[in-house]
Amino acid sequence: MRRFNRIFTIIVLIFLYVPMIVLAVASFNSGNDIAVLKGFTLSRYSELFRDGVLLPLLGNSLIVAVLSSLSATLLGTMAALGIHAMGKQLRQLTLAVTNIPLTNPEIVTGVSLALLFAFIGQTLKINSILGFFTLLIAHVTFNLPYVILSVLPKLTQMDRDLRDAALDLGCTPIQAFFKVILYEIMPGVISGALMSFTMSLDDFVISYFVYGPNFITLPVEIYNYTKKPLHPKIYALFTLLFITILMVMVLMNLLQARDEKRTNQARRIFSAGRRRVTT
Amino acid sequence: MKNKMLAVPYLVWMAVFTIIPLAIVFYFAFTDTVTGEATFRNIVLLGQYGSILFKSAWLALVSSLLCLIIGYPVAYYIAGCSPRKQRFLYMLVMLPMCMSFLLRTLAWVALLEDTGIINRFIITLGLRPLPLIRNDGAVILGMVYNFLPYMILPLYSVIMKIDPRLIEAAQDLGCNSRQVFGKVVLPLSLPGMISGVTMVFVPAVSTFYISQKLGSSGTALIGDVIESQFKTAYNPNLGAAMSLGLMAVVFTCIALMNRFSGDDGESMVTV
Repeated sequence: MRRFNRIFTIIVLIFLYVPMIVLAVASFNSGNDIAVLKGFTLSRYSELFRDGVLLPLLGNSLIVAVLSSLSATLLGTMAALGIHAMGKQLRQLTLAVTNIPLTNPEIVTGVSLALLFAFIGQTLKINSILGFFTLLIAHVTFNLPYVILSVLPKLTQMDRDLRDAALDLGCTPIQAFFKVILYEIMPGVISGALMSFTMSLDDFVISYFVYGPNFITLPVEIYNYTKKPLHPKIYALFTLLFITILMVMVLMNLLQARDEKRTNQARRIFSAGRRRVTT
Repeated sequence: MKNKMLAVPYLVWMAVFTIIPLAIVFYFAFTDTVTGEATFRNIVLLGQYGSILFKSAWLALVSSLLCLIIGYPVAYYIAGCSPRKQRFLYMLVMLPMCMSFLLRTLAWVALLEDTGIINRFIITLGLRPLPLIRNDGAVILGMVYNFLPYMILPLYSVIMKIDPRLIEAAQDLGCNSRQVFGKVVLPLSLPGMISGVTMVFVPAVSTFYISQKLGSSGTALIGDVIESQFKTAYNPNLGAAMSLGLMAVVFTCIALMNRFSGDDGESMVTV
């Protein structure tokens, strides 16, 4: 059975990566048709770097992703601390609100924000309010729940005595927060930030409803492109992004493995020491 | 404790950018496009789109169940690997989620087209080309492909958390491996199955890109129709009414599924 699952898993992984391979091969293809291999070329990559449109759009996407994930992480971590201190009823109500953007279809979130911005634009008598700030607001809004849901479990797992110990040892509450609590919940904060960053970088549906012509992100422009025949330099960009993300992930994987090894070693030394003390 | 106040900026943000926008959707759904008067016309018009809504829900349901059948063995296999291998496989499953789903869907178009990669291969074998694209099957394939990781990851994290002592106890009490799986592992992974199905169903039912690229031109899904009301037909009132219809479908399905699991709502989405 386990052998069957193993083969099945490999097949599923191939299924997941077939489109990536198709796009990567297309980025080296000298013909314009993605389905016909004509010959090998690197000119797609040089075209990409000479191109004045795609790279600035990638820059726009990165700016929105960085700013929205940072704001969402700050606001969301504060919110998680607040939720952690709440009573049961208030907490359930807040979590219900947090679940709205998560369970609502993205298109509904996009449409509702578009209507809100149109309404604000009308009342302020501004012709086109849509642009950088509306994108940023939308991205912060859909990122916030991810931050809260990854920080909150860390707060629940945290030993409450740790904070008291820090206070007993002479920390002010603020010092206790920065030296003890923040340290304890940091893995949750980081994974929330990373998750928001990737969600924001690749978001298309919500951005599509709240972007303005002056500030366009890469996924939105790709959508506008795909209505016409696509230029192969986009495949080159895709391949480069794929390699970058792959390398970042492998690096994180290795760091995590090293970390785990170290904690295990520390634990072994610690428990050996303790055994010596007790005997 | 004063700490509670830390959540205030967040609550204000959510009120302004989540609750009020939804209230505006309601307002638009019940007002007329031209006169701005209160009307039920949009809701009545929604009836014409009932079959589209039903079809979207049906395709999304089929895709969710396929994702469950395909995703479960994968999640189960990953959960049984060594920690190092687990991390690596987890990464491989997550990676596609970070790449542009527009381009990946486009790659499927290149594979499935009448003159696409697969059909060219079939022709060189001397066989007749197959109608692989512009049908419901292709749409389901696109949905399963795009949302499969959303099924595998929650399933994996639930299977991982199953206490190995429960499995040992079942074995000690005389269960064979099939019984252990059927009576212990499968029931305990039900929460992961529910959250996985939810996480596939919601984006699948509301998608508009996959159906545009892989579906036949005659069959639009509810996402396509909503998109066109806002982007080309400029009837935001009807679009708002359709959004309400879509939300009704989604929340009904989630409520039905949570009834199965007796979920408290807090663990509804766990990645």
